[in-house]
Amino acid sequence: MSTKKVDIIFDAGCAVYDVLDKGLAMPKDDVINEIINSGLKGRGGAGFPTGLKWKFAAAEQADKKYIICNADEGEPGTFKDREILTKVPQKVFVGMALCSHATGAEEGYIYLRGEYNYMLKELQEKIDIFNNQLQQRGVNFTIKIKSGSGAYVCGEETALMESMEGKRGEPRNKPPFPTVAGYNAKPTIINNVETFVYTTMIVRMGANDFKSLGTADSSGSKVFSVSGDTPNAGIFELELGMKLNDFVDEWGDGDTKAVQVGGASGHCVPRKNFGETVIGFEGIPTGGSMMIFNSSRSMYNVLKNYLEFFVEESCGQCTPCRVGCQQLLKGIELIKKGDRKPSYLDDLKKLAESMKISAKCGLGQSVANPFISIIDNFKEEIIY
Amino acid sequence: MSNTENLIKELVEKHGKCRNSLMAVLQGVVAKEKYLSEDAMKKVAEHMDVSAADVYGTASFYTFLDTVPRGRNVIRVCQTISCDMAGKDEIIEALEATLKIKVGETTHDGNFSLLVANCMGWCHMGPVMLINDDVYTELTPQKAMEALEKYVVSTNN
Repeated sequence: MSTKKVDIIFDAGCAVYDVLDKGLAMPKDDVINEIINSGLKGRGGAGFPTGLKWKFAAAEQADKKYIICNADEGEPGTFKDREILTKVPQKVFVGMALCSHATGAEEGYIYLRGEYNYMLKELQEKIDIFNNQLQQRGVNFTIKIKSGSGAYVCGEETALMESMEGKRGEPRNKPPFPTVAGYNAKPTIINNVETFVYTTMIVRMGANDFKSLGTADSSGSKVFSVSGDTPNAGIFELELGMKLNDFVDEWGDGDTKAVQVGGASGHCVPRKNFGETVIGFEGIPTGGSMMIFNSSRSMYNVLKNYLEFFVEESCGQCTPCRVGCQQLLKGIELIKKGDRKPSYLDDLKKLAESMKISAKCGLGQSVANPFISIIDNFKEEIIY
Repeated sequence: MSNTENLIKELVEKHGKCRNSLMAVLQGVVAKEKYLSEDAMKKVAEHMDVSAADVYGTASFYTFLDTVPRGRNVIRVCQTISCDMAGKDEIIEALEATLKIKVGETTHDGNFSLLVANCMGWCHMGPVMLINDDVYTELTPQKAMEALEKYVVSTNN
């Protein structure tokens, strides 16, 4: 088997306003059911079933509901949302408008990370045109942009909402979930950029066609951001459920020793496991980041770079993450210098495990993913 | 009324006097003045009717909302893994040598501040840097120097 390239997201032949009209003509329950039947799961990384999210929000009674498109793409190794917003932004807007139709939300926001400020002007112009199109159709929904200011944690949905409310981007406790009380404590549907495009395309192509791609647990396709030691870095839409082996055959440089699947917060897979690793929700789920390392790379440096990243980006609100990230980094530096015995790694692993269960949000909980997968597979590189 | 206060008044009028607009107002000040002075934060608090502590609390959380003085042009070199592997150290060294400052510092003429930042979403085209909002990809020391020149000219005019 090999990887299967797909052309759904960037398909230039898609007449977006026809899809919009098709969706708007459907009863709202039909739109939701189509998305549920498609099996679409969130493409930002967490993988919550999109249709269910819409259904929960639709069922809420409130004087106001919001839709947020999460464009705070900050996961190291991920750059697909930037490409989508540059090349096919209208498909994102249509997805948001269809969500509005399905759930009754009348205000939509795109939370765009500050690093992408360069595209603000052009994106705003395209949004103005789209809002105008909605108005002409008598649709009571408008899209606005809110900008971030360089905080990775704001990609976490509740931190993002805090930020939109003018506060520090500190994640909230869940429940309540955003579909019950999100932005301004009103029911809020928040989806990733890519997820909104897929909802547009599912309304266009039908749930069954979408489901014909991928596997039972991971239906459809996904946009992958490929970087690192590869002769062919860039953005590729591939069918989900592929074996990592097949991916490396195509994108590796012939000397691949590990692939970090899912960015800094994802898992490091060593060469010996390529054959058995499935990319999808039944195996290793990912927001699309595939970083390839060849044998010239020190996995100590890789892990250290990730930990430095987490130390800086931890919001500092909860102790396990604030102190844990710092201690993990300090710990591997001490072992490397010989100031701690190699067995200290076992203590650090316990710390990472406890962060997984005690940290407040996904950031702190997922530091254990790269830490343990790199320690377990490249122990000698960390110690010596 | 100072220039800063006028700017803040305009921004509050444009975005609305409610907490939800705080980020936009602070971003507007930084876009013009490159950082948030203590005075600016107090004025934002006054004009938006929130406490100065809240303004500082929000501002100090975000990397791009600087609360220390910065140069007219802020350079941010990506330090995360893909750009690291692609040779970001070489770029930083070249910038430090040319500007005669270290990371975190500002040139004497106040034209450039040199900073590092985390992943900017150009991992397939590293090393990458931002100068203000502009993106420069696939950098070599040579290309980084060329990028700087544009900002030297614009301030001499």
